[in-house]
Order: sequence, then structure tokens, then C-alpha cells
Amino acid sequence: MSGRRSSGVTLPPFQTLLDEHADTVLRYLRAAVGANEAEDCFQETFLSALRAYPKLRDASNLRGWLLTIAHRKALDAHRARGRRPVPVEQVAEVTVTDDRRAEPALWRAVRRLPAKQRSAVFLRFAADLDYVQIGQAIGCSDAAARQNVRAGLAQIRKGWAR
Amino acid sequence: MTDRIATLIARAEQEGLLDVAYATADSPVGTLTLAATSKGLVRVSYYDTDRVLEELAGEISPRVLAAPGRLDGVRRELDEYFNGRRRDFDVAIDWSLVHTPFRRAVLERTARIPYGKTATYRDMAEAAGNRAAVRAAGSALGANPVPVVVPCHRVLRTGGDMGQYAGGVERKRYLLELEQARP
Repeated sequence: MSGRRSSGVTLPPFQTLLDEHADTVLRYLRAAVGANEAEDCFQETFLSALRAYPKLRDASNLRGWLLTIAHRKALDAHRARGRRPVPVEQVAEVTVTDDRRAEPALWRAVRRLPAKQRSAVFLRFAADLDYVQIGQAIGCSDAAARQNVRAGLAQIRKGWAR
Repeated sequence: MTDRIATLIARAEQEGLLDVAYATADSPVGTLTLAATSKGLVRVSYYDTDRVLEELAGEISPRVLAAPGRLDGVRRELDEYFNGRRRDFDVAIDWSLVHTPFRRAVLERTARIPYGKTATYRDMAEAAGNRAAVRAAGSALGANPVPVVVPCHRVLRTGGDMGQYAGGVERKRYLLELEQARP
């Protein structure tokens, strides 16, 4: 069961991941799926992480690892929402107010972007990942990650200027 | 602890993902770090909590979470003990951190030394089946993963000298005085 003995990697106690990264993961998820769904995604993210943790082979970027899981949970939530006739924007409007850094209207605009751009912009600005980490999270090169961020921002600026 | 984290801990427990739960407890001999698996109490330590958690992550499982609920029983019993209202602990012990049968035998024998009594390292070696292994018995007691609950402080040198204690001899003396221990 031991991280050290089974894989040669010394894994810190999982509590450290919660203490250090729970806020970042929550901030990212609130931006990516809205405050309400962020709560479910937060639970799913950390339960998945806890399940996989003892077998993790590289403990050098635990924050990036958690955000990659959070990103997958956000995608699941987006897909589920696509199948459900729920007025998500109204819900988000009243609830995404306690995080000053996440300007709700702006994040809502980001949530309307095509999937790859949306993910790339959130991971860059809500989660503060670099382009290499974003590429790993969404499965593309760092150059493509950068391009997706750029295209997403251009799209939002266009909408803002109207 | 926020509701969000409390929910996560509860779900982790339900899904069998809470391998090691820990909590801290204040006591007259300093802050104790307590940890339990699903089998029972696995660690009581005088050391710095971070160090204890790293040890548990490496030795048992890295799924270590602050989940005080699992330690409520032992915390209550420790409180009662330090207030002089409890003489025996009634908690399940997980012996995972005890790596040899000899050490386990020494500690199980130690657990049966009555409150207020003392024994010698030689007694413990003999009880564990090897009268000559006095030094090894001392090492077993020094490595006791659950001090206080398994009362290794009740084991002295032949002749009544304090001997040693993982938490320091001062703590050993305090516990013996609390119990008004006599050989």
C-alpha cells in the first residue's frame, strides 16, 4: 500500500494536497462550471485523486496533476449539462459572487467558447498552469495550448467589444 | 473544517479511501498526534505532526487525512486518563508499525502491566520468550508506536532506574507520578 515501497516515489500525506491546493482547484472549477456545479466537481476531483494517489509515479507536480483531474471533471459536467435542459446561466449569475478574482460575466463568456479554447483559457487564468501543463491536461502540444488560449481570448474580446 | 472538506472526508470513509485518519490532542505531556486505520489505533506520537504524517504516508499509505471523528474514542479515553479517571484503555490497536513477532510480544505483554505498577526490561524480555534479550526488549519499547495507550512508561531498569523513553524521561516521570506508580 505504501507509495514509497511500491513505486519508489515518496508521496506526501494526502492532507498536504488538500491544504495546499483545495483553494486553487475550487477556484478553477467555479470558473469552469459555475459555483453550483463546482461543489460536485470538487468532490469528484478529490475522490478520484485519492483513489489514484497511492499508485502515482511522479510527485513533482501535484498541483498540475490535481488540476488535470479537475479539468476532466469539468468536461464531464459540461457534457452532462449539454444533455440536460437546465438554465445554467441564471443559476451561475446569482452564485458566482464570492470569488472576486473570478469576474462572473467574464467567466460565463469563457464557458461559451469551444471546448479546447475554453479548457485552455481556464487552465491558464483560473488555474495558473503554464502552456506545457495545459498541453498535458488537454492532450496537445504546448504550442497548440498557447494557440487555443490566444484564440479563446480573441473570441471573448470580440464579444466584449460588441 | 469546512462542510466541503467534511463531506469529502465522509465520502472517502464510505468508499474505503481513508487509509489513515489523524487528529491531534492536547495533553499535560504536550500535543499528541494520533492516527488510526480501519483496524484501530496505529500511532500515538510526541513528535511534530508533519513528521508523523510523513512516516505514516511512507509506512502505511499516503492516503492520510485529518479526520478527527475516527479518533474521538481514543481522545476521550486519553482525556479521562490524564484527568485520573481512567486506568485502562479500551481501544483496538493496529500493530502494522511493529515489524517483528518479538517486538509485538513485548508490547502486548507491556499492555497488560496494570495501572500504577511497573515492570523491568528483563521481565518483558522473559515474557516475550527470550530472557537474555533485555536490550532488544528495550528497543521494542523504544519503538512503541502507541505510547501511553500501550504503557511502555511502566517499564524500568532492574533496580528502579528510569531507563529511557521515546518522549523523554521527563514525560515518563510525569506519567508514573500521575499513576503514583510503585514496582
